[in-house]
Amino acid sequence: MLLVAIVCVPLGAGAFAAMVPWGRVIGWAMAVADATVLGLAIVLAVQTDRHQVAGGLDGVLRADALSAFMAVVIGAVSLLASIQSVRYLEAEIARGEHSARHASLYSLLVQVFVACMLAAVLSANLGALWVAVEATTIATTFLVGHRRTDKALEASWKYVLICSVGIALAFLGTVLVYFAALHVPGHPTGASVLDWTSLMHDSHRLDPGVVRLAMALLVLGYGTKVGLAPMHSWLPDAHSQAPAPVSALMSGVLLTVAFYALLRFKAVADGALGPEFTRTLLVIVGLASLLVAASLLLTQRDVKRMLAYHSIEHMGLIALGAAAGTTLAIAAVLLHILGHGLAKAVLFLASGEILLVEGTTEIDKIPALLARRPLLGGIFGFGLVALLGLPPFSLFVSELNMIRGELAVGLGWAAGLSLVAMAVIFAAVMAHSRHLLLGGRVASSSATSRLVGIPLVGGLVACAAFGLSAWPLQPLLDAAARVVVR
Amino acid sequence: MRTGAELDVVELAAGIVLAGAVLALWRKDLRALISVLSLQGAALATVAAVLAVHDGDAGLGVVAGVVLLAKGLVIPGLLARVVRADPGSRETAPLVNVPASLITAAVLVVVSYLVAGHLTALFPGPLTRLAPLGLATVLVGFFVLVTRRKAVSQIVGLLLVDNGVALVAFLLTAGVPLLVELGASLDVLLVVVVLQVLATSMRARFGHIDLDQLRELHD
Repeated sequence: MLLVAIVCVPLGAGAFAAMVPWGRVIGWAMAVADATVLGLAIVLAVQTDRHQVAGGLDGVLRADALSAFMAVVIGAVSLLASIQSVRYLEAEIARGEHSARHASLYSLLVQVFVACMLAAVLSANLGALWVAVEATTIATTFLVGHRRTDKALEASWKYVLICSVGIALAFLGTVLVYFAALHVPGHPTGASVLDWTSLMHDSHRLDPGVVRLAMALLVLGYGTKVGLAPMHSWLPDAHSQAPAPVSALMSGVLLTVAFYALLRFKAVADGALGPEFTRTLLVIVGLASLLVAASLLLTQRDVKRMLAYHSIEHMGLIALGAAAGTTLAIAAVLLHILGHGLAKAVLFLASGEILLVEGTTEIDKIPALLARRPLLGGIFGFGLVALLGLPPFSLFVSELNMIRGELAVGLGWAAGLSLVAMAVIFAAVMAHSRHLLLGGRVASSSATSRLVGIPLVGGLVACAAFGLSAWPLQPLLDAAARVVVR
Repeated sequence: MRTGAELDVVELAAGIVLAGAVLALWRKDLRALISVLSLQGAALATVAAVLAVHDGDAGLGVVAGVVLLAKGLVIPGLLARVVRADPGSRETAPLVNVPASLITAAVLVVVSYLVAGHLTALFPGPLTRLAPLGLATVLVGFFVLVTRRKAVSQIVGLLLVDNGVALVAFLLTAGVPLLVELGASLDVLLVVVVLQVLATSMRARFGHIDLDQLRELHD
């Protein structure tokens, strides 16, 4: 019942927004719906904390600690994004860029997008998980192109084409897992062959040759949606062209929802093959992503593109952490998913506000933000500090624990390489942001709307709080990690 | 096991799917490519229908109908609308010329047979032996995607990948569970609708849908 409610609340809110003319009240209603999702997800997390499993809709939906944790992250980021959407849509309507009908469509698509992500993490069946992830691509395409500029159009084309190919490969991988499961004697037949519980139960009896081929396709396929190299090329375009709240959702949670799929399949494959095979794959794509991010971040001239390459970096780090695969490392991966989601959402939303008040997101044209707009500049500065993995933010803790996990399984060399890449990225981001935050002299400063300030500061405070003490989360993180670690 | 006639039909249909992919490398006329896709869709539906009749599986019969409707009729129809709006519709300059493309396709088929060794090892049936044809279609589709620059050719590449995956799914497992199979068919249909809308608005905005000339976003 709870699971059905979590998926249906955003769907209902979206349908409501589509039927009535858009106004500020509707925008806030969407935020209330997402806050409800967050609340329900926290209730679910408390319920599933101690290895309990919730089911719903006749076994189609299912939640363990891992799904509940992901639902909390989705709820939190979508709450931030939907509050900021009110401001984005009001500004676009005021500028005459959009009609109220476009705003309604936007609200509908955003809520459908959120519902698809929730369905993905709550589905009991790895095939249904695939359908939900594919549906996010369709829901987000028109959101990427919502600003209707030439660049936005080109970005949406690349996005939908590349991600559809990736997801088709993931489907082939899923089919191969199904094929392997069908030929396990005594494995349940019919619709439940791909059920997570039955696959995990029989994972050590799956044919290793077929699972190896499947896992390679799944890493490549879902890796495309995660934004891992070599299939990352859509990401900087889509994330930089989408409206800021959509970028926040795509970067903050959609990438990691796709990674969640990989975590699930990894657990199945580890049962059939042992951890080495998937570890090798994840180390390769993780290091390649870090290399791409480090080399391309140096030359970025645009705030949103800079943030997008930053996402590729963090997905690479998460892939390395998952490659280590110990309980400690997976718990750190999950904490990183939360910390990155919050910090990246705050930064993308702040960049949306920068675009709104400054008219551009080119780094060269917006100097001395800290002096001119202290609150906005401060949010942006602290967001970057969080994203670069400095204390007190939770990304520091999670990066440290991921590296500890990597050392424990003999991946010290990969951890070392990732530290080098992080150092290069640190220097590049510092060079870019020094001008943006401090450069040049200015006479006057102006205030930032409280509507923007409160949620963004709230997101950063949460990120810092989980860095100082993971106390309310730690049992959940451990329980969630144990779901996919044997 | 399956009767000889049934197996013949499935073998022929699977062959048509791969032949269609190779034909897509060779023909530059975009309208011809669309007919090829339509034929592939019909072949896939045939495979599903034969399996449905043999196994007495009503769900798979529904899937066969959906595949015929979606891949055989609706998707080619949508693509034809994009092409009709764009009269000079030939793939003028693929990045790799036709002879080289055909040689590549031959190599990809060999690769698929090598990779598929694990599949036949697990379950050496007459249908599993055909799976490499589907894998080869996936690889050729991927090759079309990376070497063609017209919007329609890229959609064709995506659909070749998708048809190849569908063929493998039918041959290995007589289709994944009904819910997933229908979800997958609906998804690909929606993706093509989305791409058609994007291609139409690109034409309206840029006057062409040649992706080589879109160079605003790059690093």
